[in-house]
Amino acid sequence: MSLTLTMRSAPEVPLEAEVLSPERFEGMSAAQAAEAAVLYGNRRAQLGDFFSIEGKGDGELRLVGDCTRVKRIGAAMTRGRIVIEGDVGMHLGAGMSGGTITVQGDAADSVGHEMLGGQIVVKGNAGHLVGSTIRGGRVGIRGGEIIVHGNVGNETGTGMRRGLIAVGGNAGDFTGANMLAGTIVVLGQLGWRSGAGMKRGSIVSTQPAELLPTFRYACTYRPVMLRLVLAHLREQGLPVTDAHVLGRYRRWSGDAVEDSRGEILLLEQSERAAA
Amino acid sequence: MLLNGVAVEDTFAEAFAMWGARVMITAENDKWAMAAARAMTGFATSVIGCKCEAGIERIVPAGQTPDGRPGVSVLLFATSAESVGKRLVERVGQCVMTCPTTACYNALPAETTATTVVVGGLLRYFGDGFQAAKLLDGRRFWRVPAMDGEFLVEERFGVQPAIGGGNLLILGEDSAPTLAATEAAVEAMRAVPGVILPFPDGVVRCGSKVGSRYKTVIASTNDAYCPTLRAVSSATRLGEDVNCVLEIVIDGLDLSSVEEAMRRGMKAAARPGVRQISAGNYGGNLGQYKIGLHGLMNGT
Repeated sequence: MSLTLTMRSAPEVPLEAEVLSPERFEGMSAAQAAEAAVLYGNRRAQLGDFFSIEGKGDGELRLVGDCTRVKRIGAAMTRGRIVIEGDVGMHLGAGMSGGTITVQGDAADSVGHEMLGGQIVVKGNAGHLVGSTIRGGRVGIRGGEIIVHGNVGNETGTGMRRGLIAVGGNAGDFTGANMLAGTIVVLGQLGWRSGAGMKRGSIVSTQPAELLPTFRYACTYRPVMLRLVLAHLREQGLPVTDAHVLGRYRRWSGDAVEDSRGEILLLEQSERAAA
Repeated sequence: MLLNGVAVEDTFAEAFAMWGARVMITAENDKWAMAAARAMTGFATSVIGCKCEAGIERIVPAGQTPDGRPGVSVLLFATSAESVGKRLVERVGQCVMTCPTTACYNALPAETTATTVVVGGLLRYFGDGFQAAKLLDGRRFWRVPAMDGEFLVEERFGVQPAIGGGNLLILGEDSAPTLAATEAAVEAMRAVPGVILPFPDGVVRCGSKVGSRYKTVIASTNDAYCPTLRAVSSATRLGEDVNCVLEIVIDGLDLSSVEEAMRRGMKAAARPGVRQISAGNYGGNLGQYKIGLHGLMNGT
């Protein structure tokens, strides 16, 4: 039986709750879990002050209710599963290295920033800086997967070194900026200045995009690797069509300010029409 | 024992412990997937002369391959895991990477994989610095730029303990019925998953014995089963009504697959014109496995 936390009184200021990680509650009763320390604004508090808790810690946490002011859920988690039946606050799964987090609603900024492994699935929209580095840092996510079914904000995958970020909707500006490697797939529209400063890695979109002048057209082809990636995303529930999988992609190499070893792949216009 | 009127000798096939890998080759269409598979499994009949034994396991429909394109599954066997790795690098590099539109994946299930060998991780250097890696679902792939786009190859391939040298000898009264019986056996055996028949279309006519009167030759003609030597070889095992012998060699990823292939092969080969079904062995002194023919047919 999983440990279920139901929001009883929504916090008025952010609740720093990195304690909400499945491994920290393994074997704990609901009463023990209620005593776990959290930071409420600048005051110490307990989980039980905000949540009604039932069940027993067995590697799965279920959070029910509006958690938009609950931050750092699943931060640094290494295993287990978190299911959030509602919206969630900033820094979800930050630095996590294993396990899975599923959000049934929307997520705020900085989903999975600097994560190392595991999987985060957001069924709704997500804010800015998905899978990115924290401000001032150089390396974003270094492994794992972030799948957002809806739209994401700006600076998705900034400084990304490895892993997969997939967006079912549109992405904001500066997607994949300063990317070092890894893959970002956006089924919708890419924002401005995507791939700015990228060194390596792949940014993929099924829609036309206005690219920086430091990206040069290379060729139009069917990358086999993309078939594997898209098939995987289809299995994860994203609306990948046969036209996306079978279509030809225009390859743009860049960013020229960083030796042009990265790529942006855009689905060819006619293929997109067929989709 | 008689099988459909054909005598089955009370003997055993002596098989050897080997190491095997399963490779999935895909391409834009059936033709090029098969072209790569044929090239990769060429000159791979016997470890004695070819360093490995390889063959086509089956054609894989597009819906069952990693990239959704038509595929061919190839099995490759060698005497050590390290040797499997070297042969894979050579053959994937020379025969698959060079073939238009292909990609190449490890197809051995994780649960049977004993170890892994680096293949794509070495072939990537052909990319001369333009290659790119992709990690997906825990598997690392290399994209090597080629003149038709990219060659995609998995970094590591699984290797597992395997069986080599299972065999059947079909002894017939004449060439034509013996060949027909052997062909029927091959067709039946190829339907068994996890096995290959590495010789030309599954059949070998020059079975060998260990050693030779010439000290530099490690294997020589199996005079015990050569009809032309019946009168002069003291080792002959042939009756006067046998004028042609053909052999089917079977390599498999596990013993039960090899046994099942032999069982099906014996049933299919037992037909008019065949005098006896037998198997080759070395007195049980060399191989790790003894597959008794009577035991196979009795289900023991």
